[in-house]
Amino acid sequence: MLKGSLGLIALSSLLLSGTAFAQEKIKVGVTATLEGTYTVLGEDGIRGFQTALNVLGKKVGDKELEFVIASTDATPDSAVRAVRKLIEQDKVQILLSPLSGDEGIAVKNFAKTHPELTFVNAASGAQETTYVDPAPNFFRYNMDGAQWQVGLGKYAYETKGYRKIATVGEDYSFIYTQVFGLVLEFCGTGGQVTNRQWVPLGTKDFASVIAALPDDVDAIYLGLGGADAVNFLNQYQQAGGKAHLMGGSIMIDQTILSSKGNAKNALIGTLAASGQADTWENPSWQKFVKDYQDAFPPNKRFPSPSLLATNYYGSTMALILALRQVNGDLSNNQAKYKEALAKIELDAPNGKIKLDSNRQAIGTNFVTEVVDDGKGALFSKVVKVIANVNQTLGYDPAVFAKIGLPSRTVPECKKY
Amino acid sequence: MTRFVERHPAWALIIIIVIAVALWLIFAVWPQGLEDAIGRKRVFLNAVFNGITLGGLYFLVASGFTLIFGLMRNVNLAHGSLYLFGGYVGYAISASTGSWILSFIVAFILTALVGVLLQLVVFRRMEGQDLRQTMVTIGLSIVFADLMLWACGGDFYQIQTPNWLIGPVELPLVTAVKSSGEPVYLRYPLVRLVIFTASIVIGVAMWLALNRTRIGMIIRAGVDDRDILAATGVRIQLVFVVVFALGAGLAGIAGVVGGTFQSLSPGEDIRFLLASLVVVIVGGMGSIPGAALGALIIGLAEQLGSVYIPTYAIVVTFLIMVLVLAVRPQGLLARR
Repeated sequence: MLKGSLGLIALSSLLLSGTAFAQEKIKVGVTATLEGTYTVLGEDGIRGFQTALNVLGKKVGDKELEFVIASTDATPDSAVRAVRKLIEQDKVQILLSPLSGDEGIAVKNFAKTHPELTFVNAASGAQETTYVDPAPNFFRYNMDGAQWQVGLGKYAYETKGYRKIATVGEDYSFIYTQVFGLVLEFCGTGGQVTNRQWVPLGTKDFASVIAALPDDVDAIYLGLGGADAVNFLNQYQQAGGKAHLMGGSIMIDQTILSSKGNAKNALIGTLAASGQADTWENPSWQKFVKDYQDAFPPNKRFPSPSLLATNYYGSTMALILALRQVNGDLSNNQAKYKEALAKIELDAPNGKIKLDSNRQAIGTNFVTEVVDDGKGALFSKVVKVIANVNQTLGYDPAVFAKIGLPSRTVPECKKY
Repeated sequence: MTRFVERHPAWALIIIIVIAVALWLIFAVWPQGLEDAIGRKRVFLNAVFNGITLGGLYFLVASGFTLIFGLMRNVNLAHGSLYLFGGYVGYAISASTGSWILSFIVAFILTALVGVLLQLVVFRRMEGQDLRQTMVTIGLSIVFADLMLWACGGDFYQIQTPNWLIGPVELPLVTAVKSSGEPVYLRYPLVRLVIFTASIVIGVAMWLALNRTRIGMIIRAGVDDRDILAATGVRIQLVFVVVFALGAGLAGIAGVVGGTFQSLSPGEDIRFLLASLVVVIVGGMGSIPGAALGALIIGLAEQLGSVYIPTYAIVVTFLIMVLVLAVRPQGLLARR
C-alpha cells in the first residue's frame, strides 16, 4: 500500500514537472517512413528536416522547439497510429506529417478530430488530401503528384515526339495522382496512353510485370519509388529491357539515382518531371544543396538532396517561420499561428511557394532529363521550368472538377 | 502410377488433359483468337517460367522446414528468420569479397551453425513438447527480427548479380511468328534459370541422400518411428542436429537466392515463413516431394495471378490452401 502510494506520488510529480516543462518548450511531432518500401525516402526526408533546423535554428522567441520523431511504413494506418501516439503520449502541439500519399489522406481526416492542433504536411502528394473536403488545420507546402507532372506530357509529345506510351505504377493514391497529371497533359496534347499497369506497393518480383510491358509504344512511364523502383530496374536489366523510359517524381530522384549497383544506368536519358531538379542553377537551390551536403558526411547522404529532403526542408521552414511571426503564440487553439501559416509566402529552395484557399501549395515545377556526370553519378538536369502551378493545373475549377478524382482509370485519355 | 490410374480413372484422365493443354499452350504458336482472349503468349510463357523459378526459391525454403518437421515434429516458426539471416550474411560476403558463389557457402555454413545452436540450446531441452516448442520459436523469430533490424537497419539490400549472369537468353520456345514468317523466341533472364536449375539439383541431391544413403535411411526411419530408431542404438540426437543444420543451411542459401533476384529487408522473414507454411500445408507436412509440388503450385499461382487477376493475386494462394485443407487436409503428397 505504502509502496503503491509512493509510486503514485512519484508518478504525479513526474507528470507535473512534465507540464511545467512544456510551457518553456513547443513540442513538434514528426513522422517519416523509416520502415518498409519507402525507408530510404523517409531517411532522406529527415535529413532535409535536419538541414532546415541547422539553417534556421530551434529557437522561437524565448521558447525552444522540441521534436519527437515517429516512424511509419507508408500505410495509412501506420501513419494514424504514429500521429496518435505523438499527440496522446508525447503531447505534441504541432505535427510535421506525413511523407506518403495514402498516409496524407488518413492524417488529413484524423486532423479533423483534433481541430485545436496544427498539421503541416511533410511531403505527401495525393491530390485528394487537400482537394476533397480539406481539413482547416492541415497545411501543405509541397505540390501534389499531378502538379509535379506538369510540363512532362507536353515536352514528351512535342520535343521527344512520343505518340503512344504505357504506364506502370504502384497501386495507391500518390501514383494515381501522378499518372492523372501525366495523362491529362499528354492526351490533351494529342498523345495516347494505351495501357496502365498497377502493381501493389512493396512488390518484389516484377518479372511478369516486365514481360507484360507492351512493345508497340514509344516510351514506358514508371511511377515507382524506393525499393520497388530498385527491384524493378534490377529485374528490368536482368530481362534485357531496352525501351525509352519516362519517370515519375520519386522514380527519377536521388533515392533511386544513387542506389547501389548498375541497374540505375537504364535511367540515363529518361525524361521526368518533379518539384525540383538536381542541377538547377538558382542561387537559393544551390545554397540548399550546399547546406545539405555540409550537414552530413558523404556516405550518410545522397550527392544531392532528394525530393523528400526538399519537401521536408520547405515544410519545416514554413512551420518555424510562421511560428516566429506569431512569436510562438499558440493560445486560443493556435488561431493566430494557423492564420500566419495560411498567409506565409515561402522562398523555398525549389522556388516561391504560397497557399491557395484549400491550404495547398502553388509552386514551381521542373521537367528534367537524367544525365551522367561523367564520374558514374546520375543527376536530373533541368530542361524546362514552369512557375505558378496550381492544383487545378491551370484548368478552370469547374472543368477540373468534372474530370473526377485520380484513380486506376481516371482520367480518360482525351482532351478535357 | 499405374495403381493411381486404376483406382481413379476419372482423375487420371483429367490430369492427363490438363497436362496436354499446358504443353500445347507452352509449345504451340497461339492462334489469333486465343491471343485476343487472354493476351500475348510471351506474357503467359514469362508468367509460367517466373512461377516455376519462384517455386524453386520457395522449395529451397520449404524443404528445410518440412525436413525438420518430418523428423522432429517441430514446427520451427523461426525458419523465416534463418532465411533473412542467410540473406544478410550473403550480402555482407558478396559486398566485401565480390564473390557470389562464396556468399552461398558462407551463408550455408553460418545459418547451419545457428540451426545447430538452436537445436542444442533450445529444442533439445523441450523435446516432445510441441506446443511449447512452437511458442518458443515464435518468440525467437521476433527477437531475431529485432536483432537484424538493429544490425542492418530498415534498408533494402540487393545482392549483386555477377556480370556473367546479367541479361536474357533466348529459349527455343516460339512466342509469336512475325509477318515475314520469322519466329520470335522467348527471351528470359539467365539468372533465374540458373537459380531454378540449382534448386532442382539441390532437390534431387536431397532425394538421393534420403533414399540412397545410410544417413538418409536413418532419417527416414526416424520420421516413421523415432523411439524404435533410438532403441536400435542410433545416436538420435546427432541425427537431429545434422538434420536441423541441413534445414537451416538450406534456408540460408534460399536467403542469398532471394536477395539476388528480389531484395532483403525486415519483414521478408515473415513473408517467407508464411510462404513455406502454405507450401508445406499444400504439399503435405514432412514430405520432400510434397514441398516441391506445393512450391511449384504456389509459385505458379502467384505469378499467373499477378498477370491475369492482379488485384486478387494474393487471394489465389490462400484459396488453394483452403481448397487443399478442405479436400485433402493431410496435404497432396502426404505419406499418411
